Amino acid sequence: MDSNRNSAPKSAHAASAGGVEPNYLNAHKGIWSWMTTVDHKRLGIMYLVGILTFFAAGGIFALLVRTQLLGKIFGGPGKQDWLFSGDTYNKLFTLHGAVMVFLVIIPSIPASLGNFFLPLMLGAKDVAFPKLNLMSFYVYVLGGCFLLFSILTGAVDTGWTFYTPYSSTTSTSVVSAVMGVFILGFSSILTGVNFIVTIHKMRAPGLTWTRLPLFVWAQYATSLIQVLATPVLAITLMLLAIERTMGVGIFDPKLGGDPVLFQHFFWFYSHPAVYIMILPGFGVISEIITVNSRKQIFGYKAIAMSSVAIAVIGFLVWGHHMFTSGQSELASAVFSFLTFAVAVPTAIKVFSWVATMYGGSIRLNSAMCYALAFLFLFTIGGLTGLFLGSLSVDIHLHDTYFVVAHFHYVMMGGTMTAFVGALHHWWPKMTGRMLSEFWGKVGCFFVFVGFNITFLSQFLLGTKGMPRRYANYLPEFQTLHQISTVGSYLLGLGFLITLIYMIQSLINGEKASKNPWEAMSLEWQTDSPPIEHNFHVQPVVKHGPYEFPEIDHSLARGGH
Amino acid sequence: MGEQQSSQAAAAGQHHPKYLAHHFESMEQQNASGKLGMWLFLGQEVLFFSGLFLAYTLARIFYPETFLAAHELLDWKLGALNTIFLLTSSLTMALAVRGAQINSKPTMFWNILATLLLGGAFMVVKYIEYSHKFHDGLLPGHFFDAAKAMHNGHPANIPGAPAIFFAIYFTMTGTHGLHVLIGMLLMLWLLVRINRGDFNSENHVFLENVGLYWHIVDLIWIFLFPLLYLVR
Repeated sequence: MDSNRNSAPKSAHAASAGGVEPNYLNAHKGIWSWMTTVDHKRLGIMYLVGILTFFAAGGIFALLVRTQLLGKIFGGPGKQDWLFSGDTYNKLFTLHGAVMVFLVIIPSIPASLGNFFLPLMLGAKDVAFPKLNLMSFYVYVLGGCFLLFSILTGAVDTGWTFYTPYSSTTSTSVVSAVMGVFILGFSSILTGVNFIVTIHKMRAPGLTWTRLPLFVWAQYATSLIQVLATPVLAITLMLLAIERTMGVGIFDPKLGGDPVLFQHFFWFYSHPAVYIMILPGFGVISEIITVNSRKQIFGYKAIAMSSVAIAVIGFLVWGHHMFTSGQSELASAVFSFLTFAVAVPTAIKVFSWVATMYGGSIRLNSAMCYALAFLFLFTIGGLTGLFLGSLSVDIHLHDTYFVVAHFHYVMMGGTMTAFVGALHHWWPKMTGRMLSEFWGKVGCFFVFVGFNITFLSQFLLGTKGMPRRYANYLPEFQTLHQISTVGSYLLGLGFLITLIYMIQSLINGEKASKNPWEAMSLEWQTDSPPIEHNFHVQPVVKHGPYEFPEIDHSLARGGH
Repeated sequence: MGEQQSSQAAAAGQHHPKYLAHHFESMEQQNASGKLGMWLFLGQEVLFFSGLFLAYTLARIFYPETFLAAHELLDWKLGALNTIFLLTSSLTMALAVRGAQINSKPTMFWNILATLLLGGAFMVVKYIEYSHKFHDGLLPGHFFDAAKAMHNGHPANIPGAPAIFFAIYFTMTGTHGLHVLIGMLLMLWLLVRINRGDFNSENHVFLENVGLYWHIVDLIWIFLFPLLYLVR
């Protein structure tokens, strides 16, 4: 059977002709069946294609920014805007930030992998509201179009944070960009509502809350933040658009408004949004590390509850973005304390993952390589966050490259590493094909090394006083900037390699079995790729998600 | 109708009426999911409006004298009339849901129609108020026209920042009015579906959700009315 399948390029058709139930990819045909699908798996794939496209665009913007910052190599230093003007530079870093945050990282894991795997992990036929799911996808596309439209009409140069009063006065097309983000927010809210209801109401018989895979718990916490924080961003951006179009003084001090109010509004969403970005990554890492350590996860309940704790405390730390904005000292002290408090549940997770690996029988596949890279990079990102959360240190480091390096270690080194790792872990289930393990590790190596070269040098630049967002710099910063740029090329090369072997796998990759990683959670118990309605018979759950058969319960220590 | 179906299904060993979507196991699951989804959406609505209420609070702290003087330019009688319209419409909406529970198509139909008309009456009054403000130049931001306002018999100089007061007034009532309009569109769709016989005591979660939505729109107005019209 297998050799027969490998030789035939349209093997799935042959299989369905041979009496096997068609999978979700070939159950319906034609572009229209994709455009109007309410199948969560197809929507997950459509989101994935959209997100990866925007990821490539955002990456190219970043490489252009880094190339500009090489400084003029030929003919010595001096004029640094050698590639394009300072104005273009401002627009490029704004585009990089806005595209990466709103179109890539926020929807990355929830909208693509969450859509695909949440119902599968719950043993459900679909999410609770499949049509709403299709609508969120089109809302996402519409929001993306608005953002792209703003590029065509002169782009935005405010940075992704749209700080007032500059954003209410700059001549660039802030309104269409802001409307784009406003619309994208509704996609995020609707997805969040859908997931919460799905987790509450669609679990298979026997799938109790303590038997949920930790990816589901992480998605649950993420969805709570999506539903409760995003509307505040929406109303903020609406007020900003009204201020710009009608000259109303809500944020602009010249018209009688308060610019710090904008910062409060903005970060009330955007700090919890940081956890929208990172929590699904935590969920992915819990899955990859446990499945590949062949061991019961250490501290299941602690990891699950710490996700919820992060979601709750994460709502109360937004003021740490405003230590230098003139808020009261008492407020700063409280926000600083809460920022340290949010490190506790985060550390609980990291320690639990390390403890899960201890004494395990580790399978070092490429997904696991990405998970280990995540542990290293995210820990650096998290710990440098504590530097920035300390009141006195932040005065020195605020708005320098140290901040840039810190959030790239969390967002890029954390979320995107987890996202790419998750793609490797679940690729066989989504596509029915295996990825090249060799090239997977090569790609991971370039991503890891390139990333560290790019951003470790930026920590140094920041402590020496290099301010973020500047198109020019003093000559003494040039060497470190150039090292960082070389690192970014290596990082880009790593992703290019990954893209190439992923396409190769789609064309002629080895066929995947049902459960190549021998995992216990439900998504691995159905076919690869899954059939249209996910399971042949309604699954009934009798054990936890990580009770691997090879675990020797007679030697259990410490409650495992 | 529903009972007849369920008895047939029970005879077949499984209860699977035509309005039960393929991915749900039972009507209980489908209804509970629909309602939980709506409650989450309403939570989102509350946070959406909370931003506006915070902006209101700050502007009022900055310019208390403006709010005191400028609210005189709003007609509290029209605001009170609109409050009566919306409160009554919440009652008829609740009666419509009751109609679904007791399988009474006329109760559903006439009460939703009454709710729709009361919502329409609210919008008509709002239109009268808005056109008056437009005529007198009492508008947000740089559209605010003090000379025109004075010409139309309003106090010569409102202290502080009247342009901000009217920006807050138009943004809050405008966003609320948009929600009323969306509610009215949903009710038109409800009338079609009631007429088609879509709802019964077992299956009316859509009707109930529109009701929940309508109640929160009503509730937001109950906060807006005193905050804007009855400043002291």
